[in-house]
Amino acid sequence: MVSALQEKMKESFVEHVSEELLTDCMRCGFCLPACPTYLMTGQDEAHSPRGRISLMKALRDGQVLWDGSIEDSLDVCLGCRACEPACPAGVQYGTLLEEARHAVLDAKQPGLKEKAVRKIVFDGLFADQKKMKRTVGLIRIYQATGIQKVARASGMMRLLPKQMSEMERVLPQIRRKVRPAKPTQTYKVAFFTGCLMDTMFQETNSRTIELLEMAGYEVDIPANQQCCGALHGHSGEVPKAKKNAEKNILAFNHQDYDFIVQNAGGCGAFLSEYGKLLDTDEARTFSGKIVDISTLLMKAGFDRQLQAISKEAQSVVTYQDSCHLRNVNGVWEAPRTLIGSASGFTYIEMPNAAGCCGSAGIYNLLQPEMSAKILAEKMKGVKQVGPSVIVTSNPGCLLQMKVGIEREGLSGQIEAVHIVDFLYESMKNN
Amino acid sequence: MEWIESIKKVVGSEHVRTSSAHLLTYSYDATAGFQAMPDAVVSPGSTEDIRQIMEICRDHQVPLVPRGSGTNLAAGTAPTSGGVVLLFNRMNQILELDEDNLCIRVQPGVLTLDLCNFVEERGLFYPPDPSSMKISTIGGNVSENSGGLRGLKYGVTKDYVLGLTAVLPNGQVIKTGGKLAKDVAGYDLKALLVGAEGTLGVVTEILLKLIPKPEHQRTGIAYFQSLEESAATVSEIISERIIPATLEFMDRGTMDAVERFMNLGLPKDAEAMLLIEQDGEAGQVERDLAAMIDISVRNGAVITAVAETEEEAGQLKAGRRAALSALARKRPTTILEDATVPRSEIANMVRKIREIAERNQVEIHTFGHAGDGNLHPTCLTDIRNGEEMVRVERAFAEIFEAAIDLGGTITGEHGVGEMKSPYLQWKIGDEGIDLMKTIKQAIDPLNICNPGKMFAKANKPRVVVAHG
Ligand SMILES: Cc1cc2nc3c(=O)[nH]c(=O)nc-3n(C[C@H](O)[C@H](O)[C@H](O)COP(=O)(O)OP(=O)(O)OC[C@H]3O[C@@H](n4cnc5c(N)ncnc54)[C@H](O)[C@@H]3O)c2cc1C
Ligand code: SF4
Ligand code: SF4
Repeated sequence: MVSALQEKMKESFVEHVSEELLTDCMRCGFCLPACPTYLMTGQDEAHSPRGRISLMKALRDGQVLWDGSIEDSLDVCLGCRACEPACPAGVQYGTLLEEARHAVLDAKQPGLKEKAVRKIVFDGLFADQKKMKRTVGLIRIYQATGIQKVARASGMMRLLPKQMSEMERVLPQIRRKVRPAKPTQTYKVAFFTGCLMDTMFQETNSRTIELLEMAGYEVDIPANQQCCGALHGHSGEVPKAKKNAEKNILAFNHQDYDFIVQNAGGCGAFLSEYGKLLDTDEARTFSGKIVDISTLLMKAGFDRQLQAISKEAQSVVTYQDSCHLRNVNGVWEAPRTLIGSASGFTYIEMPNAAGCCGSAGIYNLLQPEMSAKILAEKMKGVKQVGPSVIVTSNPGCLLQMKVGIEREGLSGQIEAVHIVDFLYESMKNN
Repeated sequence: MEWIESIKKVVGSEHVRTSSAHLLTYSYDATAGFQAMPDAVVSPGSTEDIRQIMEICRDHQVPLVPRGSGTNLAAGTAPTSGGVVLLFNRMNQILELDEDNLCIRVQPGVLTLDLCNFVEERGLFYPPDPSSMKISTIGGNVSENSGGLRGLKYGVTKDYVLGLTAVLPNGQVIKTGGKLAKDVAGYDLKALLVGAEGTLGVVTEILLKLIPKPEHQRTGIAYFQSLEESAATVSEIISERIIPATLEFMDRGTMDAVERFMNLGLPKDAEAMLLIEQDGEAGQVERDLAAMIDISVRNGAVITAVAETEEEAGQLKAGRRAALSALARKRPTTILEDATVPRSEIANMVRKIREIAERNQVEIHTFGHAGDGNLHPTCLTDIRNGEEMVRVERAFAEIFEAAIDLGGTITGEHGVGEMKSPYLQWKIGDEGIDLMKTIKQAIDPLNICNPGKMFAKANKPRVVVAHG
């Protein structure tokens, strides 16, 4: 018997998931060894990119009917997109996943727990910057006073006490607002502050501006910027993501700028795909100007500025790639070159640095088990290298690495820092 | 189903998957157009598990389809008769490295690249390198007798298999071969199992020969204005008694696709490209490479280059490496074939492929291993277009025909599976089919092991093509 939901799901896949993109996959399997969930499940094809694409296609073609096992396969996907650079046929997995999640959301009412998380995260926190600031304000009160009640009032603590309280413990102390930039010369750069970065990592944001100025850029912070919409898009809330995209394009009058820079890999990747999301020339031009902080610093030869400081190497530093910065924007060399140029450290690459850390947006909240497994594996690699600092390029990864350090009982021995803070400290120590 | 319960008792129910997500994701392999749902997906942990599973399958007449990573291009693991898909994800250990006898004992689920890296870290070398080596399993390589880029100089998988353990359809476990360079005790059963595509039993342990890692490697490239010049170059290299480690070929259509994809600055008017590599003792490598570039120029190469650094070598190889990617992006469906001819016939074969493509109005470009005559005519099409697919199938039938006419074969390394089974008779004749059927019947009388593969329900009538 085909249930009403199964019927609806098939129709929804036909409506939302592009047949063209699905048929690009030739089922060669070259993406399998790149996929963290395939590897972590002991090579389970149902948790591989090839498997997920074939499931999407089979749902669309009516070859299988929607059920819990298929839902599980799609839910367990990290959305890390490591499968894309590994694919010889150029399959746009990220787009397919967004389309599939949109289709699922359209056909089905999300479960209670998921609904609650979605509501808080999407409609509450990330929809507009003001609310985000209020919530973060609450967390700050919590941090200052230790009154759990206040954090509960934000609704987050109650949901997933363990993961959240772990997260909460590793949140940075929140400080003052970013101060306006002082103009210098050359390229004009607009800074996309990012909602997490703007609230929880304000200090990192001010340092981003300082670094850019040291490198000779003129930096502006356009008002009215919104959350990039990545979390919405990745979770199937495509219309909401589009709305944010439109607002941002409006906010960044991009003709005025040579580059739009960001310091969060996840946001950057999504911003760089507004062109694809909205399919307008305006959006494509906007996306064309998106650049990450490391690439922009390298463009100005900032590695030489770092090298100019000489200090004996005393400890080891390593780098955890931001999945989207690497897999979507192809940026992996610039951050490594910059970190390697900083004095006082020896750079050692950790095993599988490119592999997802299991943070993946709100994945660590929705799929805590798989996320924990991936993180544990990641920490094994970290321990092999024995660094005193793990550098990251994305707030999600940064928090996840902090959780990892905490779980392994390595606080005090290893520190996880954002690349901006790492570089800033290196310059400052001069 | 009763037999599923019995199998669960053997391996534990967590290793028997029957969810719709699992049945669907084990319903295909890398072959376009073949898909069928199995009844269960089973992950055994040992030879003994497999022996018991085999008995259950035999007693209940349930098909058993061994599956590595499902990258074969012949519908070898599509479970078209249903039954059990048997995985080796829990049998993926390197069991023993024997440096005295230069060999390594592994379970079938070990990935080819992992094995290569493991031995190379220890100064040893396992040469068979199919392009799919990042994900293919040794069990799959052995069962397809896979080849690779280094085939001309180093041979193919069968040349490295020293011994096998296998579970036969009657539930017996046999061990053949051993850590021996010489062994003539009886029929060569090992050779029978290599390339058997899972139709004669399940390989559960493999002993592979290793060789010392070559100390030095150099790469060069040559572009030609005609196919004949490149083919003459290949012939002369071999007749000069030089055996290069790789000798790779791309035709103009492939180069165009690569250029559009990567902007490497490949010459626009070139008809053919040869990528040349030699490895071994440093002095010899230098002499060989210089001689091969010389031969290329003598035969009309318009551009030649030799890489001075590893980085430059990477650049020269980038084009050939990207061949499949570049082609695959052009149309929704990519069909990669492996018709193979004696290397002296390469120019003829490439030209015939081109004519066949034109006649059937389909897009086919060719690259491949020029040194051993193993070509990859690659068809870019759209499987949703039924009318076009008829022409594609006709074109491939004509290509197989042409290869056989030139003294070649329908498949050099991808295997027969279900996809090419209707054409097998063309290559080996009725007598060959009869003998193979007799062997299959003797070993697997109930047709449990990978049924529907290798032997076709009906042979294809040979197409009569007006060769023009
Ligand atoms: C893009 C691409 C490039 C390729 N390039 C090459 C190439 O350069 N050279 C080449 O030779 N091939 C190539 N192949 C084909 C394929 O990768 C090889 O045949 C490979 O050896 C298959 O390995 P697998 O682990 O995926 O095996 P599978 O596809 O899972 O299985 C292959 C066959 O072996 C049988 N089998 C698997 N394990 C066992 C076992 N333990 N016991 C008994 N039977 C078993 C299966 O039943 C099946 O018939 C390519 C494929 C693709 C998609
Ligand atoms: S996005 Fe990441 S987890 Fe999802 S299929 Fe691709 S590689 Fe696997
Ligand atoms: S590598 Fe690309 S074409 Fe191959 S199976 Fe994965 S997604 Fe499909």
